[in-house]
Amino acid sequence: MNEPLVELKNVSFKYDAETGFALHNVSFNILKGEWLAIVGHNGSGKSTLAKLLNGLHFPLEGSITVGGIPLTEETVWETRKKIGMVFQNPDNQFVGTTVQDDVAFGLENHGIERNDMVQRVAQSLEKVKMAQFLNQEPHHLSGGQKQRVAIAGVIALRPNIIILDESTSMLDPRGREEVLETVRELKQDYHMTVISITHDLEEAAKADRILVMNRGQLYREGTPEEIFQMDEELVKLGLDIPFPVKLSKILREKGLPLSRHYLSEEELVEELWTSHSKM
Amino acid sequence: MMDKMIFGRYVPAESVLHRMDPRSKLVLIFLFVCIVFLANNMLTYGLLTVYTFLMIALSKVPIRFIYTGLKPVLLLVIFTLFLHLFLTKEGEVLFRLGWITIYEEGLRQGIFISLRFFLLILMTSILTLTTTPIEITDGLESLLAPLNKIKFPVHELALMMSISLRFIPTLMQETDKIMKAQTARGVDFSSGPIKERIKAIIPLLIPLFVSSFKRAEELAVAMESRGYRGGEGRTKYRQLSWGLKDTAMLAMLAALTLVLILLRT
Repeated sequence: MNEPLVELKNVSFKYDAETGFALHNVSFNILKGEWLAIVGHNGSGKSTLAKLLNGLHFPLEGSITVGGIPLTEETVWETRKKIGMVFQNPDNQFVGTTVQDDVAFGLENHGIERNDMVQRVAQSLEKVKMAQFLNQEPHHLSGGQKQRVAIAGVIALRPNIIILDESTSMLDPRGREEVLETVRELKQDYHMTVISITHDLEEAAKADRILVMNRGQLYREGTPEEIFQMDEELVKLGLDIPFPVKLSKILREKGLPLSRHYLSEEELVEELWTSHSKM
Repeated sequence: MMDKMIFGRYVPAESVLHRMDPRSKLVLIFLFVCIVFLANNMLTYGLLTVYTFLMIALSKVPIRFIYTGLKPVLLLVIFTLFLHLFLTKEGEVLFRLGWITIYEEGLRQGIFISLRFFLLILMTSILTLTTTPIEITDGLESLLAPLNKIKFPVHELALMMSISLRFIPTLMQETDKIMKAQTARGVDFSSGPIKERIKAIIPLLIPLFVSSFKRAEELAVAMESRGYRGGEGRTKYRQLSWGLKDTAMLAMLAALTLVLILLRT
């Protein structure tokens, strides 16, 4: 669990058209098997980070190493096999005309043999619970279903790492929960490392570790509990504190003896309904 | 509106034509388009008509469905008929009324040419009615594969086609959404003089274009991140299989061609 799978050293990046750095001197490690959430407001550099990790851009300075191999133009295609990415818009990453064609797209690109391909498509769709939609066309699917197909397309390539780049931000609450649940199961079954880039702190609250990005720099890193201690500071960074954290803070100010900040609604409810008997 | 258009509309059914390899269907239609021009008398046209209706019967697509779909094109066929009827001035005079004179050759030409037109449309509709667009794309890619040797981008063309096919419904949904949003803002799409209505399309087209470009860019990034780097070294998930029925169908068409050559005058 503790060996670093991805290492970033002093990474800086600038888009051609802009003068300021999108990322400036960022260094951190991603550990094998962890769920890492990268949070930050719009333009904090978190999406740029995702693109750098997948070799869609290359750092101006510094280096990125994935599984011990430096990420360069030569190694980028190998790296993309190891790192799968799910993007924000469910429609704009659906390439195939049907569900199975879309899952097969990545496999075709990597020249996987057909018999193997058929097997992997079926298996991956089974895994994300979309097997009964094999021949469905994308416009008949919900956003959450499309994202699950995208995930199937990613896991068909057997990556070690899956990056969710705002993958749930365009979904309704049910679709969001479906997608996150799927990823959680996959992480367990395949021992995958998950990097979820999000501005939804409620989603981040369930991660093992959170990185807070601000203006292209790494602002803070820590466990969700440590990060939510920052409180007002987070609001200043343009992030919204999850409702249970906010509520437990207010309740504490009102004098309720809550022992800590609660990260999930369930935890808070559990504490609240049992606390009365202690008073 | 699009529902009534017969072109590109696939009707699922279990028929020989549905199960045929898209490659053989494409070759068949292409050859048919060529041999239609061999016909030049009653007998040959009659044979072609019989063949076409035989194909419709084989496709198991309901006639009623073909008829409603063809209605808009029928107008064009009738127009062709009248054009020849009135403008050809050869042969004996059949009929004269005021300034309208109809000649024998005009009637002959009119019927033959509009019949030719009609048969062509029928046959090509049979292709699209029995073959899904993606199958047509696969068939084309496979048929055009030899052109790769002269650096013709066959794979790219096929991919472009399949992506457009995939995005048509998405863009239709989006058009619908934008239309509703603009209607809510007071744009009137359905009444007023033509000039006003054409103007009303502008606030529909501009957002559609902007979002399409954004989609295209995001799609390109997504494709690249999934390892797409052109046709080289790519394997194919969809497979085509040429069967006995494909050879048989083509043999039948070859026989028809031979008969046409023998019977034409």
